[in-house]
Amino acid sequence: MITAEQKPISEIRGMIKPYRRILVLGCASCVAECAAGGQKETAMLASTLRMKAKMENEDVAIEEYTLDRQCVNDFVVRLDDIIDKYDAVLSLACGAGVQAVAEMYQEIPIIPALNTEFLGETRAQGLWVENCLGCGDCILYYFGGVCPLARCSKQLFNGPCGGSVNGKCEINREVPCAWQTIIDRLAKFGALDRLETIYPPKNWAKKQGGGPRKIVREDQEK
Amino acid sequence: MNTMSRLRRVLEKGEFAVTSECGPPKGADPEIVLKKAELLRGKVDSINVTDNQTAIVRMSSMAACSLIKNAGLDPVLQMVVRDRNRIALQSDILGASAMGIRNVLCLSGDHQCFGNQPEAVGVFDLDSIQFIQVVKNMRDEGVIVGGEKLESKPDIFIGAAANPFADPLEFRVVRLAKKINAGADFIQTQCIYNLDRFENWLKMARDKGLTEKAYILGGVTPLKSAGMAKYMKNKVSGMDVPDDLVKRMEGVSKEKQKEEGIKICVETIKKLKEMDGVKGIHVMAIEWEDAVGEIVEKAGLLPRPELDGE
Repeated sequence: MITAEQKPISEIRGMIKPYRRILVLGCASCVAECAAGGQKETAMLASTLRMKAKMENEDVAIEEYTLDRQCVNDFVVRLDDIIDKYDAVLSLACGAGVQAVAEMYQEIPIIPALNTEFLGETRAQGLWVENCLGCGDCILYYFGGVCPLARCSKQLFNGPCGGSVNGKCEINREVPCAWQTIIDRLAKFGALDRLETIYPPKNWAKKQGGGPRKIVREDQEK
Repeated sequence: MNTMSRLRRVLEKGEFAVTSECGPPKGADPEIVLKKAELLRGKVDSINVTDNQTAIVRMSSMAACSLIKNAGLDPVLQMVVRDRNRIALQSDILGASAMGIRNVLCLSGDHQCFGNQPEAVGVFDLDSIQFIQVVKNMRDEGVIVGGEKLESKPDIFIGAAANPFADPLEFRVVRLAKKINAGADFIQTQCIYNLDRFENWLKMARDKGLTEKAYILGGVTPLKSAGMAKYMKNKVSGMDVPDDLVKRMEGVSKEKQKEEGIKICVETIKKLKEMDGVKGIHVMAIEWEDAVGEIVEKAGLLPRPELDGE
């Protein structure tokens, strides 16, 4: 899933300052899972902003609404009936959701309330970790199901570097060394010999060779 | 004049090689580079020039190498993959060769978070092993990544680093083998303080025939003080300073610690010289270049061998 974190209230307040009727718009998908922009967080943020506005004697109306998904047009259109009431939308979606809403409603500013972080997993309550770069050419097979691009600080295909100590990365002793993890995994299913192969330079064209990427599936078109 | 690297000629002649290093200044003054290099003239065969080490912006390694080359010395251009993509790296290999820089040490580089530009993007388009292979293909096959032909081949003696002290131990030699199979002609190791572990690693390398395939230069760094020993032990990743060495440094008075550090360094070099498979040493006297001459002399490595045509 896509993970995100809420921006500082002061930054959000700075961005919404020029507006008087604001829709705080949640997204019930990934950002709900990572407790950043779901219905609950949206209600809390809206309430905080109302309180701050009241304390500062600002004449501003702040309402909230949560879509199932801001990144899917079929859901975004549900805003058709209400959007005209507002002069700005504060979106608690990931960057993709913010832009999908902005694409749909060109006349109204769609302001991001979150910083989109990474593609990752929920490893424990309150713990999300990055493990995919979306490189367009999955290599997990070769590395025991551990991505050296997303999880090694130096993106080494032929690691580990000289900074791996006690299974930790040199950049921070809290960070697991991806290469130690790869070696441990491969050892468990007897595939350590894969490490002797020199893995060639990555084809980055699959990620950024053609500008922004898109997927076209004719079999899916209506 | 022979255009081949002095380092390569010394090693191919079967002599015990000595290299040292020179960190370029945080400024544009060429005199600082030349002064540091001058301290090493006649004491070492080749001078490594670090590439924005610890991710701190300094004069470019390529420029400093060129200054050193023009002063009649043999530079080793250190190149990290942190700051340049494959286009820039390959282009710089051609440029280095054109300027007569004949040795390149291919490195990953310290992570950008350690330096004074922590907000910089880390490029890491190639890793160090891929980079070695790329340079080898340029030199031997005259081709760049993707297979396109060059108009002329660069002439480069290819180096790589090895850290016998990082984890996991059993994989350190696999990685050394990968670097040598990728095309490394010579290896400079991380600073050696733990000779037992180094010997263990060297034996594994010997057993795999690696010491016959590449020249291994043992890295040494003289300890300036007991404080430095403790710092290296506790704070520097992949550095192995045994307790008895720290105690030994602490055992002498503050004024005598530099002398003791040099003594330890000389003892280490003498032991390395006796080891089967060690073909030279790499003295990294961090911001202490004037100690190198003394160390090399006390280790009995002077005068440096004379080569034909010099």
